[in-house]
Amino acid sequence: MISADSLSQKLINQFPETNFDISEYRGEITIQFPKKIVIDLCKFLKYDSELEFLLCEDITAIDWAKRKERFTVVYHLYSFKNNLRLRFKTNIDESEQSGGKAGYSIDSVTSVWQAANWQERETYDMYGINFKGHPDLRRMYMPEDFEYYPLRKDFPLMGIPGSIPLPKK
Amino acid sequence: MGLESLFKESGFFTTTIDALVAWSRKSSVWPMPMGISCCAIEMMAVADPKYDIARFGSEVMRFTPRQCDLMIVAGTVTYKMAPVVRKIYDQMPEPKWVIAMGACTATGGIYRTYSVVQGIDQFVPVDLYLAGCPPRPDNLLNALIAIQDKIGRTKAADFKNAELPELNEIQNN
Ligand code: SF4
Repeated sequence: MISADSLSQKLINQFPETNFDISEYRGEITIQFPKKIVIDLCKFLKYDSELEFLLCEDITAIDWAKRKERFTVVYHLYSFKNNLRLRFKTNIDESEQSGGKAGYSIDSVTSVWQAANWQERETYDMYGINFKGHPDLRRMYMPEDFEYYPLRKDFPLMGIPGSIPLPKK
Repeated sequence: MGLESLFKESGFFTTTIDALVAWSRKSSVWPMPMGISCCAIEMMAVADPKYDIARFGSEVMRFTPRQCDLMIVAGTVTYKMAPVVRKIYDQMPEPKWVIAMGACTATGGIYRTYSVVQGIDQFVPVDLYLAGCPPRPDNLLNALIAIQDKIGRTKAADFKNAELPELNEIQNN
């Protein structure tokens, strides 16, 4: 069993220049990290022989609406070896995208866990976060030509009238 | 002990074509089970020996719309599903009837959100709204009986030939 202390020690040894914010609540460890190391961090967590977080349980996001760094992307991992769950998250801000438009993006972790594929697609569908390097970033639940992101705070609960056409009566 | 025992010796009876057609139509309604979510479980229960929809002549649930005359829409219809429901409705031959089973189908129900159609009558004509979440199987049987009443009151003059401009075009060429 690995504790929050030893985990943070490992992370500091591995990424000496990075600021982590590691907290533990009722045996659950949460790590806050800067978004640029996301792939390196995921590779480390998966392939380190003491950690072995082989299962990517979930990827989702939080919309803080008015905060400057608007979204938090949250990853949930599970290690069979340690019977341990780990949550780690990072804040992302609006940035320049390909095509010159502003948007929200982060590197895709599909190269580390295949399971991340659909989870990232779902997060993209609901929050409009672009996962760079994702092999097939299409909408998951909403129709393909839908223009909005339903779980964003500025999306009205009842949707935008007429945005999804119904068949004629 | 069948119907023929009523005829005694003479062996014939008089009726109108409308009454005979309506009677045979209503006694063998073939449902299209449009089971989309939880209400579909209750719809399946209607076919089991306890409730036994066969007592009402409707046990032939057809999974092809081309052989059905009653569509039971059982479940939450999302905007993404709506074109599918409409397409299946369009594939059913006339005359046809629709039961909107459950709160979701009739009004959107508990799903008052952007993704669920707030009542399927926005895109298909509905003959009967069935309340409940989910409606009990006996309630669905009750709806079937009400639909049978409605069918029993129809006359041949009520149905116009469907206008199929595409078909005319094919025939004329
Ligand atoms: S009405 Fe209730 S039981 Fe029926 S589909 Fe909706 S939520 Fe499910």
